[in-house]
Amino acid sequence: MQPFTRLTAVAAPLDIANIDTDQIIPARYLSKARGPGYERWGFHDMRYETDGREKPGFVLNQAPYRNAQILVAGANFGCGSSREAAVYVLLANGIRAVIAPSFGDIHYGNELQNGMLPVVLPADIAHKLCEQLKSQPGVQIGVDLESQTVTGPDGATYHFDIDPNQKEKLLNGLDDIGLVMQNIEKIEGFELRHHEELPWLA
Amino acid sequence: MNTPRTMFEKIWDRHVIVKRGESEALLHIDRNFVHEGSFHAFGALAAENREVRKPRQTFAVADHYVPTLNRDRGIAAVTDPEIRNQMEMLANNTKKHGIVHYGIDDPRQGIVHVIGPELGITQPGLTITCGDSHTSTHGAFGAYAVGIGASQLKQILATQCLWQKKPKTLRVSVEGAIAVGVTAKDIILAIIAEIGTAGATGHTIEYAGSAIRAFSMEGRLTVCNMSIEAGARAGMIAPDDTTFAYLAGREFAPKAAHWDSALEFWRSLPGDAGARFDREVTLNATTLAPMVTWGTSPEEAVSVTAVIPDPAAADNADKRAHMEQALRYQALTPGTRLTDIGVDYAFIGTCTNGRIEDLRAAAAVLKGRKTVIPAWVSPGSTTIKLQAEAEGLATIFRDAGFEWRASGCSSCAAVNGDIVPAGKRCASTSNRNFEGRQGQGARTHLMSPAMVAAAAVTGKITDVRTLMAGRP
Ligand code: SF4
Repeated sequence: MQPFTRLTAVAAPLDIANIDTDQIIPARYLSKARGPGYERWGFHDMRYETDGREKPGFVLNQAPYRNAQILVAGANFGCGSSREAAVYVLLANGIRAVIAPSFGDIHYGNELQNGMLPVVLPADIAHKLCEQLKSQPGVQIGVDLESQTVTGPDGATYHFDIDPNQKEKLLNGLDDIGLVMQNIEKIEGFELRHHEELPWLA
Repeated sequence: MNTPRTMFEKIWDRHVIVKRGESEALLHIDRNFVHEGSFHAFGALAAENREVRKPRQTFAVADHYVPTLNRDRGIAAVTDPEIRNQMEMLANNTKKHGIVHYGIDDPRQGIVHVIGPELGITQPGLTITCGDSHTSTHGAFGAYAVGIGASQLKQILATQCLWQKKPKTLRVSVEGAIAVGVTAKDIILAIIAEIGTAGATGHTIEYAGSAIRAFSMEGRLTVCNMSIEAGARAGMIAPDDTTFAYLAGREFAPKAAHWDSALEFWRSLPGDAGARFDREVTLNATTLAPMVTWGTSPEEAVSVTAVIPDPAAADNADKRAHMEQALRYQALTPGTRLTDIGVDYAFIGTCTNGRIEDLRAAAAVLKGRKTVIPAWVSPGSTTIKLQAEAEGLATIFRDAGFEWRASGCSSCAAVNGDIVPAGKRCASTSNRNFEGRQGQGARTHLMSPAMVAAAAVTGKITDVRTLMAGRP
């Protein structure tokens, strides 16, 4: 997994609540393989008209935000389905971090699994950041995982919480399977006991 | 004396292999399900040259992409090459790894969250995973069932274990007897409307109370199914005699002497008296009416007797903005009576409401009536389809003008081609009314099967209770 340490980059304001995974990637594109052109499916219906033209109102279609690597979103970002493709399309569009007041639980985990950093900040701060990003299009935000801080365009810093295990995994790009297999003896012992007690499950 | 524990805590504790820090545990996974959408995980497994560690604990089924028409042609009915490739990948990957696969023409095929219980794979006290958010459905048996992404699925296939952060606990008690015409779907929509789509984020919900206890397994599955729409990690209901009676004799249920040991184990699962939950919510079931969503988030639901709410009355800016966008997308205006909204399509099925009781409830409304709009049924499983045909329900649906289709996810995720056209409004028994969920530009109204049947015969959202006078 690609580690995440710190990132200072253009951020795009997407201050709509409940952006669900069907909006991040509509279900009809889930059978697409990852690869060149995959970015096209990201936010597809928010981003394109039915005839394929860009909707100029959508933030990532606007020149200053096209190369954004950070999104600042509304509450409950990524609610809905478990599709990890929602993370794949964010990555394909160059997004490495999402700041929001809250996240859909499964999507939050999926971001972490792919070297992305989901940052939870209180709603008033996320709103303030969005306003700043709108009034100075193309301005940058800093995200530092080590110190658990976000630096706004005005230099103000905000602390965010993250689970210490997740932080360590992300900083070092550690892979979950590796961390599981370190425990293989305990796992085998557990399974033996478990299936002795509940033999119909073996 | 030991501290009293909730059912969730008992199941969690039993499955912890090791802990990592305060918050994270490595859990043993008893049962895992895969479907056509699992190709990313199998692909990653192959790329890393890994094997499936416990192939007997994983079950595969074709559901999301299967066509619901021309099923007698098997895989040949799949015309889209990308979808066909995906279905063949599932067949090949499961064959390669020795995983049982209920393919498009298997009599046990159906929606993953319907067949797990139906085959007795889903049981009380287990940890269950699937790369699908509605895995919460299986919690109706008193299991800890969680939806996972592709990376975690890869991890489970490779190790049969999962790192998880322990969720908090939330008890939702629903008390009192529900009125005629009100169903499990209405209860869960009312709960979501009450606590919001992020209301249970980070929590496992345990549903309790007399209204929940009174439900059959079908009703309980409907409730737990939509836990994810309340943001929950999982939903669960304590197992009882209703649960055990449902499981007895099913293909994967314990048999003979094992049945007795299983019963003893299952009876130990309900939470201890005095066990504490991190949060509690109670709901009075007696006053509930049938519920309908008007917007594009499952929390945007109101009683069928109500009017569309005004965003100006929303308690925060985020919510107001979402409501305004939802009204634009749905082409609706505040103050409109729900029962004045015309619908163009009716769809019955899905892992929420595609079970036999759901079909019976809809058929009870449809008997002797005709739909005035295009309407179709896709039973939750092939087994249910056959049962409904044997009970004469299929005839009622057909006589009423419904298309009687084969089993699959159909117009729920609409990835198999069963889409609702742009700008059209669909009365649907599914679980998500997101923008574009049933097709780009399609407008969805979630409701119970009986309510969809009522909408189908009137062509508008209708309080099913007005059609049931004098009916059983
Ligand atoms: S019926 Fe709908 S919600 Fe259920 S598994 Fe299929 S697509 Fe998902």
